[in-house]
Amino acid sequence: MADPYLAVAILFFFAGIVVLALLLIAEKVGPKKPSPVKGEPFESGNSPKGDARIRFPVKFYLIAMLFLIFDIEVVFLYPWAILFRRLGILGLVEMGIFLLILVIGFIYAWRKGALEWE
Amino acid sequence: METNLTPLLPAAEVTLTALTVLLLDLFLREEEKGFLAWISVTGLALAAGMAFFLWGSQEGAFRNTLLLDDFALFFTEIFLGTALLTILSSIHYLRETNIRSGEYYALILFSTTGMILMAAANDLILFFLGLETMSVGVYILTGMWRERVEASEAAMKYFLIGAFATGFLLYGIALIFGATGSTNLTRISFFLSLSFHQWPLLVIAGVYLVFIGLAFKIGAFPFHFWVPDVYEGAPTPITGFMSVAVKAAAFAGWARIFVHQFSVVEHEWGVPLHALAILTMTVGNLLAIAQSSVKRMLAYSSIAHAGYLLIGVVAGKEPGGSALLFYLLAYAPMTLGAFAVLLALKDGEKDNESYDDFAGVGLKRPFLGMAMSIFMLSLAGFPPLSGFTGKFYLFRSAIVSGYTDLAIIGALNSLLSVIYYLRVIVKMYMEQGGVEAQPFAKAPCLYVAIVIAVLGTVGLGLLPARALSLSGVSYLSLR
Repeated sequence: MADPYLAVAILFFFAGIVVLALLLIAEKVGPKKPSPVKGEPFESGNSPKGDARIRFPVKFYLIAMLFLIFDIEVVFLYPWAILFRRLGILGLVEMGIFLLILVIGFIYAWRKGALEWE
Repeated sequence: METNLTPLLPAAEVTLTALTVLLLDLFLREEEKGFLAWISVTGLALAAGMAFFLWGSQEGAFRNTLLLDDFALFFTEIFLGTALLTILSSIHYLRETNIRSGEYYALILFSTTGMILMAAANDLILFFLGLETMSVGVYILTGMWRERVEASEAAMKYFLIGAFATGFLLYGIALIFGATGSTNLTRISFFLSLSFHQWPLLVIAGVYLVFIGLAFKIGAFPFHFWVPDVYEGAPTPITGFMSVAVKAAAFAGWARIFVHQFSVVEHEWGVPLHALAILTMTVGNLLAIAQSSVKRMLAYSSIAHAGYLLIGVVAGKEPGGSALLFYLLAYAPMTLGAFAVLLALKDGEKDNESYDDFAGVGLKRPFLGMAMSIFMLSLAGFPPLSGFTGKFYLFRSAIVSGYTDLAIIGALNSLLSVIYYLRVIVKMYMEQGGVEAQPFAKAPCLYVAIVIAVLGTVGLGLLPARALSLSGVSYLSLR
């Protein structure tokens, strides 16, 4: 019996060959007619304006961070809601503690002014 | 299913204190903020009391991912004591700089929680979570003093290197899980003992990756480059906290995971660790000699001490394990004390950390001079101080386990370290023109911390019997 991973190795080998072959064929056979318009960055069909590398206010990062934290909170609620009956009263108490800690975090962010834009 | 939550008590208590501090900080006026330190100290003392009463418990929680054995409790007491001394010596420091005290104390408490979980974790995932809780707190604490460029640099370096090291650890955990089908340490070691001497390559690769991840955390030789910069840039109380508590937490991992559970595969990781121990202490000591800043010297000296501690890991089994635990206990008061004396030299915005600042301190402030001399002599390993007894038992464990070369190199290294430790004492008593240290009236809590550290250093040196038997019991409580 051959190694069970042999099939995976063969797959990798042929996948590599196919990729290389496609790239090579496109390089050798495909017609090339470069024009300035083709060289432009693609912005959903509009002609691009300005530099892509502009400075963002640091406030966006704070909002993104807060979103991430409270988003994860909601994700944790789903498995708990599905298993609610099996986890019983202990599960309810544990989820209460979890939410309490997050609410403290929320109060902290609020009082520190993290939610104010200006 | 019955769920026993008793093993969570000390960690839960510290978390509760941290949340209280965080919430109160929002509603207290600026001049009332000093109150927060006392809440933190009370919370830590309560948790220490809980850990004391739980001593001897063999309980596990969450399907034995968390094991509250004496080993975990022993480390818990070290972490709580270190956090307490750190907070006591921070009070004056926070008043002189404008670090926000609420977050500062809360983060110390949160990272202490992480450490407690690390010491009690019998599951690699929980160990990882504890490590992250600890590390994230300490990354922020490193950069707390935002006006200092060095602090931001140190925090960035620490974060990047720490994240890199965590990557190794996590990848190792993944490989071990792939090969053994479990993250539970008891199950993994059972699997390892079944397939004696014919382990799949995957497990060995995983063990090595965990090895590298943990070596990063203690700053062992090829992974030590971040230590001096991070320790120098961080606020001085946090440097003390890092070099004692964070290191002890990583060594809790070394003791539980490597010395105990992975002892079956010891001939795989034993030889590289042997070389690592020798290189770590030699490199640490040699570089420490060349420093002109006492804080940086202490950073290199903490690398050297990680090397000594690795002797205990290499020696292994009961003599090595209990010597390791005892050394960590003995190392805590002398290091924290040395950093506390360094803090006493701080004047306003200026950190006075060079050897020249120490000139004449012993004559102007006899108490500080005496305390610093005790800490330096103890770090160098002079009897009858705690550093001596700690090293004695470490080297003895090496000889008992047949690693005489480690004991000899360790002793030679201690001799080498005398050069730079004694330089501080020489400066303090034989030269003039240093800075004026803070008097007792201006920083009472700092002096209390120094007194506690002196008592610990001298006490563990003169009467080590009880602490030794406790560390032996703790190591043997590992299942």
